[in-house]
Amino acid sequence: MRAKTVDRIATAVIVCVAGFIILLLAALLGYLLVRGLGHISFDFLTSAPQALKAGGGIGPQLFNSVFLLVLTMIITVPLGIGAGIYMSEYAKDNKLTAFIRLIVEVLSSFPSIVIGLFGLLVIVNTFGFGYSLLSGALALTIFNLPMMVRLTEQSLRSVPKEQKEAGLALGLSRWKTIMSVMIPVALPSIVTGSILAAGRVFGEAAALLFTAGMSSPRLDFSDWNPLSPTSPLNPMRPAETLAVHIWKINSEGLAPDAPEIAAGASAVLVIMVLLFNLGARWLGRVVYRKLTASK
Amino acid sequence: MSAQSLTTKDLSVFYGEKQAVKKVSMDFPEREVVALIGPSGCGKSTFLRSLNRMNDLISGARIEGEIWIGDQNICDPSTDVVSLRQKIGMVWQKPNPFHKSIYENIAFGPRYHGIRNRKQLDEIVETSLRKTALWDEVKDRLNQSGLALSGGQQQRLCIARSLAVQPNILLMDEPASALDPVSTAKIEELIAELKKDYTIVIVTHNMQQAARVSDRTAFFFLGDLVEYDDTQKMFTNPSKKSTDDYISGRFG
Amino acid sequence: MNLPAPNSREDLATKPNKFRKHVMEELRGKAFVYFCVLLLVITIFSIVYFIASRGLTPFISQGVSIKDMLFGLKWRPEGNPPQFGALPFLFGSFATSILAAVIAAPLGFCAAVFMTEIMPKFGKSALQPAIELLAGIPSVVYGFVGLSVVVPFYRDTFPGQGIGIMAGATVLSIMILPTVTTIATDALRSLPNGLKEGSYALGATRWQTIYRMILPTALPSLLTGVVLGIARAFGEALAVQMVIGNAPHIPHSLFESATTLTSIITQSMGNTTSGSLHNNALWSLALILLLMTFLFVFIVRVLERRVKR
Repeated sequence: MRAKTVDRIATAVIVCVAGFIILLLAALLGYLLVRGLGHISFDFLTSAPQALKAGGGIGPQLFNSVFLLVLTMIITVPLGIGAGIYMSEYAKDNKLTAFIRLIVEVLSSFPSIVIGLFGLLVIVNTFGFGYSLLSGALALTIFNLPMMVRLTEQSLRSVPKEQKEAGLALGLSRWKTIMSVMIPVALPSIVTGSILAAGRVFGEAAALLFTAGMSSPRLDFSDWNPLSPTSPLNPMRPAETLAVHIWKINSEGLAPDAPEIAAGASAVLVIMVLLFNLGARWLGRVVYRKLTASK
Repeated sequence: MSAQSLTTKDLSVFYGEKQAVKKVSMDFPEREVVALIGPSGCGKSTFLRSLNRMNDLISGARIEGEIWIGDQNICDPSTDVVSLRQKIGMVWQKPNPFHKSIYENIAFGPRYHGIRNRKQLDEIVETSLRKTALWDEVKDRLNQSGLALSGGQQQRLCIARSLAVQPNILLMDEPASALDPVSTAKIEELIAELKKDYTIVIVTHNMQQAARVSDRTAFFFLGDLVEYDDTQKMFTNPSKKSTDDYISGRFG
Repeated sequence: MNLPAPNSREDLATKPNKFRKHVMEELRGKAFVYFCVLLLVITIFSIVYFIASRGLTPFISQGVSIKDMLFGLKWRPEGNPPQFGALPFLFGSFATSILAAVIAAPLGFCAAVFMTEIMPKFGKSALQPAIELLAGIPSVVYGFVGLSVVVPFYRDTFPGQGIGIMAGATVLSIMILPTVTTIATDALRSLPNGLKEGSYALGATRWQTIYRMILPTALPSLLTGVVLGIARAFGEALAVQMVIGNAPHIPHSLFESATTLTSIITQSMGNTTSGSLHNNALWSLALILLLMTFLFVFIVRVLERRVKR
């Protein structure tokens, strides 16, 4: 019965590996939360970091991460959906389309540090935007775009063609059919994917080192004028994000509680990403129900 | 020639090299039902779809010949296909209501074509649903999703949707073959009612249905129009042997 | 097209500008999507152009030879004369990536086999989400965990400081595990059922079927996953930089400080002045990263063509 024994051993090994992976995740999350949760407090989440003393927080960095995410998605979503619509509905089956597909694949494979470097060269220096939220948002757009394009294209392609034909048969233009018939059907999938993409953007750091920068100026949260230099809404100011901050503390953390801050910040980052993950699935379902039932 | 008259002259449809419809010339009398029958792959659906230029969606598909609606040849490259399709309604085998509410499914077309007044839209929705005998069943739940209806109801919703944009011609590609017998009977009743106002072309693989529902029947085989005649005559005394063979079930 | 409709209510098509509305709408929509695609194309060409123009400057006008960079062992940009041997970085990048793949590939394949053959339901409800969550954890967090858990562990268990290629490869292996697993799972799922059934019908055990039929047939796709994993590891910057040590030489052991292409760029870019030779040499390293990306995509495409057969 050698074959049977081998089969049993192999199955056991495979099951162990699967279990190991799940345990690994649990251990990872457990470690991060145990190590970091204790350090999280309202004070930690809202106060500014301290360069040399203990008791610094991640307030501005957290705000920067969120604001940068919003800016990035505002730019990426329309562009990504537009390009995705092209690839799914307007692109003919020819060499040009194959070439564009190749471009999207290559762009999605670029290391994020390379995108950050490009951002430094062109957006920060040549365009002159300097280390700023805007530079970071543009760099993250490049980083995020291929995913949005592929997502939209896949979502549109999975819309049953009878829906498209029904729209066209009513005398709708192709564009109207896409926007009012096909996109609503594809929307839950696009929304889910976008939120997952947002999770990736939130945790990204390499592309931001040389674009959004590694520092954050003094922010006056009562100043809502986007043109003022101390306003948190000013897109032209440098904006160290949470992820970049974690890296910076680990490389050059001079405050005595640097490890705790790093742990706390990592825990916050991981919790945010988990929320994005769960939120994506939940929101997708809600959007679908809203769109199909009422309008 | 009114806008409801439909005629094809030497219509051929090619998918790449393959010729699916071979030089078919047919006259569709106004406000009558013409059934297209024939075995699978004989070209009847392809022929139907070319009447509202739906085959344009398939890459590699090509049309030769002429299709005359009223005094316009719609195969001419200068035809405004989008406006054309408003004048021709289409219903598919599998009901495909929009992922919208029942009300929206019907109102969407008219609203796109310019009717913004809420009262007018309400009227159109009610009229269209009454025409397809669906109004009483759904009048209390117009805001419910169209997908919540049963198969037969969904199909009637789809028919109502195409009626709402006031077409002259209705194309139906096996509209009842995915439905249960009761729904099928309702659809056939509906067709008998609708033909008072619309020219109808229906593809069906169910010969009894063709006999019940149509005024004239066309038998397609391997892309050719084999025989086209008055329904009663076709089914009792067909002129061609292959028609006779098909009708008596000797093949297909 | 202007004749009254059957029920003589408002004719929808008589308005003279109806014809134009949908044409304008279509044109605007088309213009928008074409613009988006154009932006995409311009972006990638710009990236290649700008990085290449900076990265090629040392070779073209500043007297550095390509051979010296690719094969030189000494990286002393501030030395006299400055030396730009990038071999330690190439070595570091390749060593960590390939080692990471060696660790992740068997784990990934096992996970994929588990999810498709052994326990599909449990796999889908427990292992798949776990893999997706692992994929979602940001790289800096992996770096942090590497620094605070993996490095001390290696320091205590093995000779050396704990940093180095092994630490880098360990962290990277977990980071690329989701990539390898997902692609492997998709590859196994898309195999025709007839393959398995034929093997079982001949009396083979499940493992024999997996080992002799499924894995070999799916091999090109599985390799695609591994190559993509290597590519991802090759391009990872921050997580690696935190645990690798960053000494610009080729290490003598897995637990000695080393450097990768990405980590040296991360370290040094902020400390150099734009336009200086040192700075341009870093751009050359970035160019190497870029070219490696192209190479990886090419390899994957070749593999995919074999899958289609």
